[in-house]
Amino acid sequence: MSDSPRTAVSNPPVQPMASNLGQGDLIRRSATDELPPPQRQLTPVAKLIDVSKCIGCKACQSACVEWNDTTPAVGENVGAYTNPHDLTENMFTLMRFTEWVNPSTDNLEWLIRKDGCMHCADPGCLKACPAPGAIVQYTNGIVDFIHENCIGCGYCVKGCPFNIPRISKADHRAYKCTLCSDRVAVGQGPACAKACPTQAIVFGTKEDMKRHAEGRIADLKSRGYANAGLYDPPGVGGTHVMYVLHHNDQPHIYAGLPDDPKISAVVQTWKGLTKYVGLAAMGFMAAGSLIHGVFTRPNRVSREDEENAEKLVKTGGAEPPPPAEERA
Amino acid sequence: MTNAWTDIKNTDLVVVMGGNAAEAHPCGFKWVTEAKAQRGAKLIVVDPRYTRTASVADFYAPIRQGTDIAFLLGVINYCIKNDKVQWEYTKAFTNASYIVKDGYAYSDGLFTGYDEEKRDYDRSSWDYVMGEDGFAVTDPTLQHPRCVWNLLKEHVSAYTPEMVERICGTPRDKFLRVAQMISECSSPTKTMTSMYALGWTQHSHGAQNIRAMAMLQLILGNIGVRGGGMNALRGHSNIQGLTDLGLMSHLLTGYLNMPTEKETDFETYMSSRQFRPLRPGQTSYWQNYRKFMVSFQKSMWGDAARADNGWAYDYLPKLDVPAYDVLRVFELMNSGRVNGYICQGFNPVLAFPNRGKVTSALSKLKFLITMDPLETETARFWENHGEYNDIATRSINTEVFQLPTTCFAEEEGSLTNSGRWLQWHWQGGSPPGEAKHDTWIMAQIFLRIRELYRKEGGPFPDPILNLSWNYHDPNEPEPEELAKEINGRALTDLRDPADPNRVLVPAGKLVTNFSQLRDDGSTACGCWIYSGCFNEAGNNMARRDNHDPDDTGAYLGWTFAWPLNRRTLYNRASADLQGKPWDPSRKLLEWDGTKWTGYDVPDIAPNARPDQVMPFIMNQEGVSRLFSRGLMRDGPFPSHMEPFESPVANVFNPRMRGNPVARIFQSDVAQFGTSDEFPFAATSYRLTEHFHYWTKHNRVNAALQPEFFVEISEELAALRGVVNGGWVRVWSKRGSVKAKAVVTKRIRPLTCDGKVVHVVGIPLHWGFVGAAKKGFGPNSLSPFVGEANIETPSYKAFLVNLEPTTAPGVQS
Repeated sequence: MSDSPRTAVSNPPVQPMASNLGQGDLIRRSATDELPPPQRQLTPVAKLIDVSKCIGCKACQSACVEWNDTTPAVGENVGAYTNPHDLTENMFTLMRFTEWVNPSTDNLEWLIRKDGCMHCADPGCLKACPAPGAIVQYTNGIVDFIHENCIGCGYCVKGCPFNIPRISKADHRAYKCTLCSDRVAVGQGPACAKACPTQAIVFGTKEDMKRHAEGRIADLKSRGYANAGLYDPPGVGGTHVMYVLHHNDQPHIYAGLPDDPKISAVVQTWKGLTKYVGLAAMGFMAAGSLIHGVFTRPNRVSREDEENAEKLVKTGGAEPPPPAEERA
Repeated sequence: MTNAWTDIKNTDLVVVMGGNAAEAHPCGFKWVTEAKAQRGAKLIVVDPRYTRTASVADFYAPIRQGTDIAFLLGVINYCIKNDKVQWEYTKAFTNASYIVKDGYAYSDGLFTGYDEEKRDYDRSSWDYVMGEDGFAVTDPTLQHPRCVWNLLKEHVSAYTPEMVERICGTPRDKFLRVAQMISECSSPTKTMTSMYALGWTQHSHGAQNIRAMAMLQLILGNIGVRGGGMNALRGHSNIQGLTDLGLMSHLLTGYLNMPTEKETDFETYMSSRQFRPLRPGQTSYWQNYRKFMVSFQKSMWGDAARADNGWAYDYLPKLDVPAYDVLRVFELMNSGRVNGYICQGFNPVLAFPNRGKVTSALSKLKFLITMDPLETETARFWENHGEYNDIATRSINTEVFQLPTTCFAEEEGSLTNSGRWLQWHWQGGSPPGEAKHDTWIMAQIFLRIRELYRKEGGPFPDPILNLSWNYHDPNEPEPEELAKEINGRALTDLRDPADPNRVLVPAGKLVTNFSQLRDDGSTACGCWIYSGCFNEAGNNMARRDNHDPDDTGAYLGWTFAWPLNRRTLYNRASADLQGKPWDPSRKLLEWDGTKWTGYDVPDIAPNARPDQVMPFIMNQEGVSRLFSRGLMRDGPFPSHMEPFESPVANVFNPRMRGNPVARIFQSDVAQFGTSDEFPFAATSYRLTEHFHYWTKHNRVNAALQPEFFVEISEELAALRGVVNGGWVRVWSKRGSVKAKAVVTKRIRPLTCDGKVVHVVGIPLHWGFVGAAKKGFGPNSLSPFVGEANIETPSYKAFLVNLEPTTAPGVQS
């Protein structure tokens, strides 16, 4: 069985491949106490986003929409290039544009940062998640949402130090970048990295990406960016999506990228509690309808959801309900 | 492009001016990123707006739109003053040493010979002094006061840094920094590349913008070398192919000219196209014009083109005006003199200036046929879309036929990219619905018209009846058949002139390339510069060998580049007069004592001695032209000209408006605005999320940039009380649009000639059909005036006014 892919640039294998990411590759599983140890250790992967090479063309956004087959709504202009205006359940990555006047040179700099899931080594979302198996982490570092296990409680949003997951108004489940786990599982890099025309987004092993970043940082320093550096924040154990920033001393100027992200204290405390919730949830599955009301009350299904669910049953589940934005 | 996209990785300095490569050419821009990352190259952006390209630049300088000539002549002046000239190159490879006639002069913003009445120059004095030997007189020491170099020095001396600041609004220190960075590339081992696009071409003085940079590149020794060149970034994937194949009213294929009505027979036509060398021993390759022209006529009319009928010269239409460009055609349409219009792959309602006039013209047609894979505003010009297309449908009698065509992925053929590469592609999917290939539609129209001529005759049916139409299926010529026709073939055995027993190309076989074409009717060739694209070796455009020995960026085995698979034009200029590369690390060619060898196909005869035959073989001089003689209508040197609608007067001659020789139709004169009424300087451009008016049909693109907007500075927003994201009305003398306002720090007011100039940026991707929100385009506002030499409409500099408003109502 093959290890993690080394690049996003290569063409896909011609022969069909079995998925290389399975249950035996999990190192963490939300609300799961006794996860068997992984059967092997895959080489950790990372996506490196070189903000200094990025031209803000949104090819990554476009590729993300195409690969994940999402349907972001045609919105309106609100006086900015950032479109849609925020991450949504249909837009897992977003170019955020910031006009920043550098106080030391008085020159304008147009900072363009591709926002999306950072795939933390210590994932706050997973720790906050009360639904068993709704969020998993693979040995290669990818943090993935398993939608059929998601209960739509939104705790992952609270747990995320980067404010990334979004709850779908249509199916009430949480969505975010998967680091194209379905592509990586068959030896390919993420769609965004493949589409990036300037290779501002590169993909490979985390070690290779760090080395690549060193070369980029040296180039930036030679061009006068004394504080150029790699954003791989230790507060979350490092990330599997990293940035090269011209101004690594002040990440917040890049559309509010946290200077020192940490999992919130609430979630750290909650982590202890999840154990019981998790156990209870498993009990719920075993005991069935007896305790149904107790645990579903915080996540009560709306009338609309019930109707949609009924429709799903009637149509054999072929057609998901349209996203809320479209219905509006 | 003189060079190729892949060659940009070889540069030391990229100057993006008159374009926005990262925004409009994001895929090609990867080679800039490569040069920066691998070679430590620097990137300079000069633009009225801080663009996406500027966001990754090492240095950005603002400039007022339409003043690039003043800026560039300022840089030339700086280089001359500071002795930053590649002297050996300039002396040997340019016309710096040529002596100019005494009559030529320049004063008050005008060259000698100006006739205000005719809006034209008498260009007879703009030429060299000719010696008794019939060759141009030169002074290699450059001492003669009338040599091109001294005239140039004098001409650019007015463009001091202070003058540049006054005209362009570029702060002096920023201009000097740019000039200093550029001037470093006068070293034989440092090169700069110029990447430009419509920001230079779409002005009434567009060709002179490009000339100014070309002249700068020449005195820096940057033409013909790796990482150098003048690199026009073409805006459509095949727009280079359009010009190469002569889809312009004044051109035949391969830059042969359409005859004029004064050239009544073939010999008269040829008499002004002898291209005798102006210096001893020079190539003057256009001396082969007759071979290409006769082969073209044979390709068109086969056996009906004979020596005794001037190769069917009479079959060609003759121009009674310089050109039937789009502006002239719509002027004629609007005055009722053009009654039918076949609009193939064009969307004039959004693409041509002064939309009101375009719509008025289309409304007067008897019929309009559109051929397009997508719904276009032009096909729907008659449909009322409230404020977005406020038209009285009932008043229009034009009959509209929409013929759906295939898009690129649904057909086979070649696309010619900016680097002159003819890249073959294969059909990826079947056309939907009733969509048909353009070739099928054109064949159907032709076959029916020919049948009508056959039955009914007419004043002169010969050109139609005798047109060569020898295709496997006359109803739909196949792409490979057309490619072979373009490549050319021998009609009779082509024998070696030195050895008549030796057959070089047997009758019926494809010629290897254009060097085998003849002027005796024994060869046919549809487009001489493309000859070699599909020969007996096969379809060279379909080649996909990506080997690149020594990483030169040439990729000679990848597809086919015209001419002769040559990747860098003028590449002989990459070596000195001994044939040694100026920069050994960037060798393209080298003289080995008997012939040229190297990485590219030599742009010179392989055995032409480096000390004798000069590199610019298409010019009669053999050298490049700092002084372009009478070849351009608006001057032998570029000079500062304001846009027709300008916020400030021309500092050299306040009476002069725009380009003094640009054509203006009488009906448009009253539609020019002044800065009293329209105080703001507008410009138009593309955004990377969209491609022209096509991608608004695509939901993904539409989501990424959903709605029409204009961009203004924080200062202008404050002046007019505009809030970011609010609605504004923008209007010119010709029309009015409503847009969302993007208030940005990326546009700053400029100070020009003591006056504060506010810039309004207007992107061009919205209309009234498609998935994106309905909107307008800048062509509702822009003036109906073209470039003085080529009539490219001026979309980049015009005047508008602006005020806050409310959302457009759908009902008017």
